[in-house]
Amino acid sequence: MQDRLQALKEEALLKIEQASDLKALQDVKVSYLGKKGPITEVLKGMGKLSPEERPVVGAYANEVRDAITSALESKVAELEQAVIEEKLKKESIDVTLPGRPVRQGNAHPLTAVIEEIEDLFLTMGFTVAEGPEVETDYYNFEALNLPKDHPARDMQDSFFITEDILLRTQTSPVQARTMEKHHGRGPVKIISPGKVYRRDDDDATHSHQFMQIEGLVVEENVRLSDLKGVLETFAKKMFGEDRKIRLRPSFFPFTEPSVEMDISCFKCGGKGCSICKHTGWIEILGAGMVHPNVLEMAGFDSKKYTGFAFGMGPERIAMLKYGIDDIRHFYTNDLRFLKQFKKA
Amino acid sequence: MLVSYNWLKDYVNLDLSAAELADKITKSGIEVEIVESLNKGITGVVVGHVLECVQHPNADKLRVCKVDLGEEEPVQIVCGAPNVAAGQKVPVAKVGAVLPGNFKIKKAKLRGEASNGMICSLTELGVEAKLVPKEYSSGIFVMPSDAEIGSDALAYLNLDDYVLELGLTPNRADCLNMLGVAYEVAAILDEELRLPEVQVETSGERASDYVSVTVDAKEDNPYYGAMIIKNITIAPSPLWMQNRLIAAGIRPINNVVDITNYVLLEYGQPLHAFDYDRLGSKEILVRRAKDGEEMVTLDDAKRKLGANHLVITNGEEPVAVAGVMGGATSEVQDNTTTVLLEAAYFEGIRVRAASKDLGLRSEASSRYEKGIDRNRVYDAAYRAASLMAEYAGGEVAEGIVEAGERLVSEGKAEVTKTRINSLLGTEIEAEQISAILKRLRFEFDVQGENYIVTVPTRRPDITIDADLVEEVGRIYGYDRIPTTYLFSEGRPGGLTPYQAARRKVMRYMEGTGLYQAVTYALTTPEKSTAFTFSEEQENVHSIKVSHPMSEERSTLRGTLIPQLLEVLKHNHHRSIDDVGIFEISSVFFAHEQSLSVLPEEKTYLSGALTGLWSIHPWQGEKKKMDFFVVKGILEGLFEELGLQSRISFESKSLPGMHPGRTAVVKLDSIAAGFVGQIHPGTQKDWDLNESYVFELNLDQLLGASVEPTIYQTLPRFPSITRDIAVVVDKNLPAGDLNTVIHEAGGQLLKESSLFDLYEGERMEEGKKSLAFSLKYYDPERTLTDEEVTKAHENILRSLEERFGASLRK
Ligand SMILES: [Zn+2]
Repeated sequence: MQDRLQALKEEALLKIEQASDLKALQDVKVSYLGKKGPITEVLKGMGKLSPEERPVVGAYANEVRDAITSALESKVAELEQAVIEEKLKKESIDVTLPGRPVRQGNAHPLTAVIEEIEDLFLTMGFTVAEGPEVETDYYNFEALNLPKDHPARDMQDSFFITEDILLRTQTSPVQARTMEKHHGRGPVKIISPGKVYRRDDDDATHSHQFMQIEGLVVEENVRLSDLKGVLETFAKKMFGEDRKIRLRPSFFPFTEPSVEMDISCFKCGGKGCSICKHTGWIEILGAGMVHPNVLEMAGFDSKKYTGFAFGMGPERIAMLKYGIDDIRHFYTNDLRFLKQFKKA
Repeated sequence: MLVSYNWLKDYVNLDLSAAELADKITKSGIEVEIVESLNKGITGVVVGHVLECVQHPNADKLRVCKVDLGEEEPVQIVCGAPNVAAGQKVPVAKVGAVLPGNFKIKKAKLRGEASNGMICSLTELGVEAKLVPKEYSSGIFVMPSDAEIGSDALAYLNLDDYVLELGLTPNRADCLNMLGVAYEVAAILDEELRLPEVQVETSGERASDYVSVTVDAKEDNPYYGAMIIKNITIAPSPLWMQNRLIAAGIRPINNVVDITNYVLLEYGQPLHAFDYDRLGSKEILVRRAKDGEEMVTLDDAKRKLGANHLVITNGEEPVAVAGVMGGATSEVQDNTTTVLLEAAYFEGIRVRAASKDLGLRSEASSRYEKGIDRNRVYDAAYRAASLMAEYAGGEVAEGIVEAGERLVSEGKAEVTKTRINSLLGTEIEAEQISAILKRLRFEFDVQGENYIVTVPTRRPDITIDADLVEEVGRIYGYDRIPTTYLFSEGRPGGLTPYQAARRKVMRYMEGTGLYQAVTYALTTPEKSTAFTFSEEQENVHSIKVSHPMSEERSTLRGTLIPQLLEVLKHNHHRSIDDVGIFEISSVFFAHEQSLSVLPEEKTYLSGALTGLWSIHPWQGEKKKMDFFVVKGILEGLFEELGLQSRISFESKSLPGMHPGRTAVVKLDSIAAGFVGQIHPGTQKDWDLNESYVFELNLDQLLGASVEPTIYQTLPRFPSITRDIAVVVDKNLPAGDLNTVIHEAGGQLLKESSLFDLYEGERMEEGKKSLAFSLKYYDPERTLTDEEVTKAHENILRSLEERFGASLRK
């Protein structure tokens, strides 16, 4: 009997091995393991065996059954896997085809520059102050030590609306307004970005409307050396860690002493190139110690308080940073221009 | 101010190059904008002596010259200049020489005659044509007869000089003259200063016998002085003086005029020379002009004057506009022999008025406007008189005939060592401070810590301690100031909630695919109010600037949309037709005809969209921009801001907009903006494709108080969803149905969403079908079917009652 079982096993395993689909396997299963299958038939003859032989043959029969079942299962798995693989193969796509575009705009480069500067000063404890774009002569000029008929008013040809109201020519009136609100008590630590207006003909380097960012600190014992520290931090963050800064004496009516800040050229590193006009230095901003008259007019005791202020043009910074050659691009908003500042 | 490096050497030792000097000046506070070499690349130009000069045999306009260049043999040069003549000393470019523009001189044959070099005009040597003296403007330059043959001609012509162009800030008018620059440079370099020594020998005559001076306008003309110089011979001024004038950008005329200009450049004191014999009287009277009074100025133009202008008269008629320009009738001419030299102090405001009204700006007027050192008037007058004696053969009559106060007193300013160091953050020693003040040539007393400084009248910009701090600091050197770091205890910076929200709005807008634009605030009056959405906006006055650059930029805008349409147009004209942009900017509203207070400023968020909204060509997807795309963007924004439940869209006809495709956006039933398609007429006017716009009052949106976010428990019981489809009149707004659904659905109805709209042919005429999906939920328990059915039926009944809706079968 054992020989018969042995033969059946080999026969079944061969058929399983040769089966090419699930249907064929099912047939094998039914024909060998089914209630009417040959193994069952063989076992029916067990009664003829001696009591000693019976458990041996029974065990062997189970062994054969298990072998066939296990072969069937693994063959089923194998065939199923093949079906899946076939299906996946049919489903394959050209992954090099373009993806479905997701609409994503971006900030204007001037906004990007302004926010970058704002964020930098926010980390240094500044707040952002804003004010009206249409201003009084008082806040735009007089409170900043520019009385009527001051020669420096020539420097800023302005858009007046009435004799006393004009489009602000600088964001400094926000400084005057902020200081006034502090009623002579420091500290004041603000940065004020915004649009300003001057009677300039629009060309590659001039615009009748442009942006400005100014900063102001008023506190006890603020020194020019502190201004230097703030500006150096700014220059390194904005233009690279290895920038050097240089302060040159200059003149602004609302600061005394006044300085102009240059940074070492980020293009040539100071050797001289077209960007730095072969000087190795690039002029970035104007600054200075707040003029005592400005402090006093805003209600601060200039013996007790000192302060510094600085101002810069985001257009100029953006032009330097991105190599833009015409200021009018900022206001024309050609989409091909705007799209270039995705990672700005 | 143009500063000749060679000229400056008269006053200060310069042991450094022009470029090094420029760098030091710049670092100390006056920006040297350009260092210009007057040698524009010239080599090989020497002084030649024209020995012989004959007509060219084959050319009318050419001469053949034998020129001695100090070499063994004279050379033959063909010359086309009409003024070339034997005996002249001339600049000659030898064979092998290079002229400006890299022009190389080679051996040549001109009409058969050999030419070995070139006799040069000043323009050929790189001098600007407008600066060349008239007598040499169409020919070669003739040099002084004592010029050494064969020597370098550039040195004679001062073309080996450098010119430093100073960019002067308004406070440094003291450097609008060579002496002022010399004071500055001497201080920077810590060098000696040599001032010109002026000695005038006077004739026995007295100036006061020739002229009297009266000033009828003391405020405008605090001081007027007149000198008389007789027996003048008008001739060219010496070459060195001409060279210096040319370097400073002034054309040499004749010795008398050149001397007044030279002293102007040297002392900063404007001077005027009248032809005494043609003055018409023995009297100078300074007064305001009469309205309508006329005179002919030096440039032969007839000028109409007014009471705002100051004139110099001969007692009757104006002979000069004070500080601006002299008159033609008393102009110095070739036959002038007696000169009346004016040295006066006119107030800047008065000079500016005339210079502005007459459109005349000169070296003199701009110096008066910026302020001159009144205490130099005398020195300058004597300097000019002595030069006229030396170079024009003049005899100087004794004395200055004057009116007014010549000298003004010097100011005082005080500063302490502590103040200097605490403002600069330095530790400058007392001795260093004293040394710096000495270098600046400021007189001072030290009382304890206090420096009491007598401020020279050339430096009126110094009035307070901070000014002295700057002077000490800049000479000490700003590069020596340390770098320190402010520390702020416990005061973090930060954006205001408004600023933070505005940034959030920007990021949201960018995320929807719109690009941020920034446009001009000034526009035309028409465009400034072309789009409005509330009555409040219609009752405003336009805000015009008083002197616009153009009509196109004359009026402050009350809407951002026209400028955004301008952007669409710009892009459309460049075939960029799928555009979505937004802008956040101020708009301006005046509530009065003529502003007495500042206008109202609001921040608007506006956008403009045209073309395709999305496109994915190879999968055949193409979605055009339409009203609902834009509305969807705005709905998303309102959700971001937590305002969605307080916003409504109402159909409204607005100026410039499509009447059937425009909605006003209301926040808590107050108009806060609008959205829609621009009117086909507007679209045509702007030359655009179909375009959509929106405009929102951002201040209003961000100003709305929003409930703080509170966590809602996640649902613990199942919700039940039922659909409802109803047939209603075609023009019934879906929004109205939705409102009633929510009213009728009561507490249990949590959400309703429109999922189908059908207006097709299977529908009865004038009707449409709308289908909503309704979600019912109770957070406390599981709902029963009966409860939901009851609520659902209640909704249907309400829709029937309110809108005559019927259930769609
Ligand atoms: Zn460079």
